[in-house]
Amino acid sequence: MATDTDTLAATQRLVDSEYGYGFVTEVEEDRAPKGLNEGVVRYISAKKEEPQWLLDWRLRAFRAWEERYLPAGDPTWAKLRYPPINYQDAFYYAAPKSQADRPRSLDEVDPELLKTYDKLGIPLHEREVLAGVAVDAVFDSVSVATTYKAALAEKGIIFCAMSEAVREHSDLVKKYLGTVVPYSDNSFATLNSAVFSDGTFVYVPPGVRCPMELSTYFRINAENTGQFERTLVIADKGSYVSYLEGCTAPMRDENQLHAAVVELVALDDAEIKYSTVQNWYPGNKHGEGGIYNFVTKRGACRGRNSKISWTQVETGSAITWKYPSCILQGDNSVGEFYSVAVTNNYQQADTGTKMIHIGANTRSTIISKSISAGHAQNTYRGLVRIQPRAHSARNFTQCDGLLLGDRCGAHTVPYIEVKNSGARVEHEASTSRISDDQLFYCMQRGLGAEDGVNLIVNGFCKVVFQSLPMEFAVEAQKLLEVSLEGSIG
Amino acid sequence: MLEIKGLHVSVQGSVILNGLDLTVPEGEVHAIMGPNGSGKSTLSYTMAGREGYVATDGQILYRGVNLLKMSPEDRAREGMFMAFQYPVEIPGVSVLYFLKAALNAHRKHRGEKEVDAIEFLKLARSNADTLGMDHEMLNRQVNMGFSGGEKKRCEILQMAILQPQLLVLDETDSGLDIDALKVVAKGVNNLRSENRTILLITHYQRLLSHVVPDKVHVLSGGRIVASGGKDLALTLERKGYAEFSTEAA
Repeated sequence: MATDTDTLAATQRLVDSEYGYGFVTEVEEDRAPKGLNEGVVRYISAKKEEPQWLLDWRLRAFRAWEERYLPAGDPTWAKLRYPPINYQDAFYYAAPKSQADRPRSLDEVDPELLKTYDKLGIPLHEREVLAGVAVDAVFDSVSVATTYKAALAEKGIIFCAMSEAVREHSDLVKKYLGTVVPYSDNSFATLNSAVFSDGTFVYVPPGVRCPMELSTYFRINAENTGQFERTLVIADKGSYVSYLEGCTAPMRDENQLHAAVVELVALDDAEIKYSTVQNWYPGNKHGEGGIYNFVTKRGACRGRNSKISWTQVETGSAITWKYPSCILQGDNSVGEFYSVAVTNNYQQADTGTKMIHIGANTRSTIISKSISAGHAQNTYRGLVRIQPRAHSARNFTQCDGLLLGDRCGAHTVPYIEVKNSGARVEHEASTSRISDDQLFYCMQRGLGAEDGVNLIVNGFCKVVFQSLPMEFAVEAQKLLEVSLEGSIG
Repeated sequence: MLEIKGLHVSVQGSVILNGLDLTVPEGEVHAIMGPNGSGKSTLSYTMAGREGYVATDGQILYRGVNLLKMSPEDRAREGMFMAFQYPVEIPGVSVLYFLKAALNAHRKHRGEKEVDAIEFLKLARSNADTLGMDHEMLNRQVNMGFSGGEKKRCEILQMAILQPQLLVLDETDSGLDIDALKVVAKGVNNLRSENRTILLITHYQRLLSHVVPDKVHVLSGGRIVASGGKDLALTLERKGYAEFSTEAA
């Protein structure tokens, strides 16, 4: 009963607060001018009422970007082709869209998007949220979020928006922000450090096992943070947390350039499991439009016996540039990377991981499955580095590429650096087509060509799906089917 | 009834079947025997609708409908089953999952309700029991790491679950030890009924002493060159195919 009362109260607060901010009248003032300069960085920081240290940090990042990365241009080593990005032709800060600015109902939303929601079986009220339809309050997810918050607070777990964390838990943010991905790490991460809009902060106290999967899906106030999102997850000694990012439903977004940063820190005996399903708009069948997704994700296994495991299912975006990595610093620490990357039509993906073995007896596993169809190009790029002190370190890497059709490409670019003679590194790679034999076998048993392909592709990805949380795995499987629709014909 | 009339088939431009005629009445088991390269596998692939097997002339009528005009999956859903000579591996997909997907495709086609996982597990286990197979096979990946015998048993299990009306077994007996051969024979004999049509394509007489055919045909040079009762198989075993081959040439 108490929960019900809380829920109602919280919902009421939310409704009240929205009206209180008066979004409708203030739209124009809440947008920074086009282009990127020091003034914009200061504007963002001021809008968010940030402490001086964070403004200074943003400014250091901005200067590094301006002096080092802007003149040099974007990195060119990835197997990706796209026209140069005009950074001065974009907005870097906009307050959440007002109700008046949004589609009034699903009737005003792109019918293609609705069709996809239908195929994925997304409940009606969730479709409205995903498509950005103006709704007063989403009662279901508000109540779920409220219930979550109470359960988490009881265990001392912090799970909130980054801007809230900067206000409420400044010391923790200051202690860890930028310690895994330095502000000047690469051009996209540097850009993000200067202008990040918002994101998620998680802290799990020592010895606490987070009782539920933490999902951005249930986090309110998450709107419009997609473009330059900043996530920081800290698992203190002996704790455990599983974090789900993204959503299988295609998200509507008007910003083409996305440059997110995710930092994970695992202390002694702690474990972080980070699962992503990425389904940003991939562009149309002719390769027009679509999101450019340049993400820097890195986890530090700082403590002894710590573990970080990345699982990603990448089906969206016109361009994916993403290498979720592990720095295995603590002795006996473990890093894992499980990935399924699907590219269709004219999508391009250059994705993989870095496993940096520093501590003794560190272990890492890399399983990468890529599926290419249409004219798509799919590259696995991965680094395994064994440092001199990493005695008895072990790595196992398996990269498999599956081709559908004869106009797409799968590429594997492994980098292996071993500086300790007691280490053991294994690398297996394969590229194959769905064979006519397999497809005919399925069809002879009564499966249509598309169902046959889906079955074979799902089998191919099974090891990765198995490492996803159960519900996510089912959704991911469905998503793959929708992504590859029409690739056989 | 299955009626194949004047069937001509080319594979990659070369003529393999050359005016094949064959009639198999409902409820009968017919064996097709022939030397290597006589067109045995081409016949089964053409019946199943494999791409690249081009019927340049003739018809394959099953219950009055020309199979050649149907997609491979529709032939399967209408009750045609082919047991493969070389069953194909599908990594990451369990036998159970594969078969459930297949059965549900059939049921959907017939306008019946799909079976759920629990219902299907019961069905699969009871069929495995009938054929004396280990339940463990159901959880293994389709044909992955299976021995030759296991692959053929798995084909028979699939056949038992899908309950086809028109069965084509393409050299299912080749390379089997006696135990596996008995499982295959049992699977076929269990399905023998008034409304089923069964075609056993084989090189040897061995299987035919366990599944006694109503008729035996000799395939040579892309057409049926001789037909007879079950004793014809024994004659072939004794004398070989030599005299039929010359006849055809």
